[in-house]
Amino acid sequence: MKIIVCIKRVPDTESRIRIAEDGISVDASGIKYIISPYDEYALEMALRLKEKAGEGDVLVVGVGAAASTEQLRTGLAMGADRALLLSGAVELDGLATAKVLAAAVSSEKADLILLGAKAADTDQQQVGPMLAELLGSPCITVAASLEVENGAVTAHREIEGGVEIVDTALPAVVTLTKGEHEPRYPSLKGIMAAKKKPLEERPIDVPAARILVKELTYPPERPPGRIVGKGADAVPELVRLLHEEAKVL
Amino acid sequence: MKLLAVAEQRDGTLRKVSFEVVSAARAIATELGGTVEAALVGGPGTASLAADLARHGAAVVHVAEHDALSLYSDGYASIISELVRGDDWFAVFFPASAMGKDLAPRVAAKLDLPLATDATALAAENGELVITRPVYAGRAFAKVQLNAETRLVSLRPNVFRATEKAVSLQTNALAVGEPETWRVRVREVKAASGDRLDVGEAPIVISGGRGMKGPENWHLLETLRDAIGPSAALGASRAVVDAGWRPHSEQVGQTGKTVSPQLYIAVAISGAMQHLAGMRSASTIVAINKDADAPIFKVADYGLVGDVADVLPRLSEEIRRLRGD
Repeated sequence: MKIIVCIKRVPDTESRIRIAEDGISVDASGIKYIISPYDEYALEMALRLKEKAGEGDVLVVGVGAAASTEQLRTGLAMGADRALLLSGAVELDGLATAKVLAAAVSSEKADLILLGAKAADTDQQQVGPMLAELLGSPCITVAASLEVENGAVTAHREIEGGVEIVDTALPAVVTLTKGEHEPRYPSLKGIMAAKKKPLEERPIDVPAARILVKELTYPPERPPGRIVGKGADAVPELVRLLHEEAKVL
Repeated sequence: MKLLAVAEQRDGTLRKVSFEVVSAARAIATELGGTVEAALVGGPGTASLAADLARHGAAVVHVAEHDALSLYSDGYASIISELVRGDDWFAVFFPASAMGKDLAPRVAAKLDLPLATDATALAAENGELVITRPVYAGRAFAKVQLNAETRLVSLRPNVFRATEKAVSLQTNALAVGEPETWRVRVREVKAASGDRLDVGEAPIVISGGRGMKGPENWHLLETLRDAIGPSAALGASRAVVDAGWRPHSEQVGQTGKTVSPQLYIAVAISGAMQHLAGMRSASTIVAINKDADAPIFKVADYGLVGDVADVLPRLSEEIRRLRGD
């Protein structure tokens, strides 16, 4: 089974986001970068599917700055077989990114293309289903579990207040969310092996972004709160405030 | 100028977010001098839901109904794309729900249009639509414009207010297309929580953290939820979900759900950055924690320092008293 996993380099989810002087981008200094957490779930799923099948080829693909090779190497160390960096400047436009990916991966004839349900920086949640449409493949989004058997794909998809059980057929695109399996850490052996695995870099032209960022701002400051009191004795006052002042009870 | 609001039904009932999307579209239409129409896809009988959309200001309700559309499938994207392609729309608004987040990108790709996801505010400036949406899980907000003839935007549930503005009902039946060509099918929907609201949509959310000490203490939170009533849902911190105490569907924060309830009660949650990202847009935040220095108190409107075993039973009792039970 041939599986492609698209992974994105994003700021660590615990890092403090500082807006740069231009007012429309993020100051990259001092930020630690990671594989977007949802993409890690996708990669973990790909490695498990390959292990279960007993054979296969897992290609990790990134779109973005040359520095993304760091995350692709991590993907190789986790167990992917090959890596491809489509190097160019991506912006906040999922369709532009999906077009770059579609052009690069269509010749790979993958059985399955996996992505994280969303990138932990732009939070757009759109590249997966857009890529599927461009490739003419069926797509299941936000899968918490995924099974592949005899060319049939079954996924459990989280919806409000429930779970959908969704079916489709290979070749397919699936976006993953957190499920049963935590992503593995690269082993020392894996890190050593990754140095010898193929990592191809291909320069690309990203279509001009049609989502124009006018301004980046910090979240609105919350007005300073107050400590109502200590212990159970403070509860009646808390309930009174929620009822009379905040009017939420 | 015409704007389209894509509504959502489940099991033959309109979801609340549908009214939010129609109302938000109407607010923009009023500023720009346009009209709002709505689209709704579902199983047999869906057309009977159109009146409720007209009551919120949809001048025309486009309806596609068919047995094969009772549950969501990729057919929805084909139907909506054809409707959008067939006319000049200034903007199309989708709910940023589980359905809308699957549907909108497919429509965008089919029509080669850019899409802004999960908007939390809309404005009309100099005749152009300005969209505010969170990035970095709410650690920053981006104001964006879409450089396209038709602007596709999905709206975060629970943020835009649903308001009524009755117009006379006019419906238009949409072509369903060829169900046999659809390739992704929902075979079954399993309700995780019976009739309870999802944590992502409930007006009141009570979340428990690691300070609850174990899943066996969750009955304290369940009692509080029941005291508040059906508008309340339970959430959990990432630590609690990682420990296997609660399912991922309840997780609030960066790798879980982003919530914007009227009231968020954080119980025994310290307030890591990735949790705050998921709940800081709540209207009112209450924090209950025994550590007076916990970072959660920095974002809370009302803080109570104390042990959950003492505080929660009393809180449930006082709320019942308030409700007159």
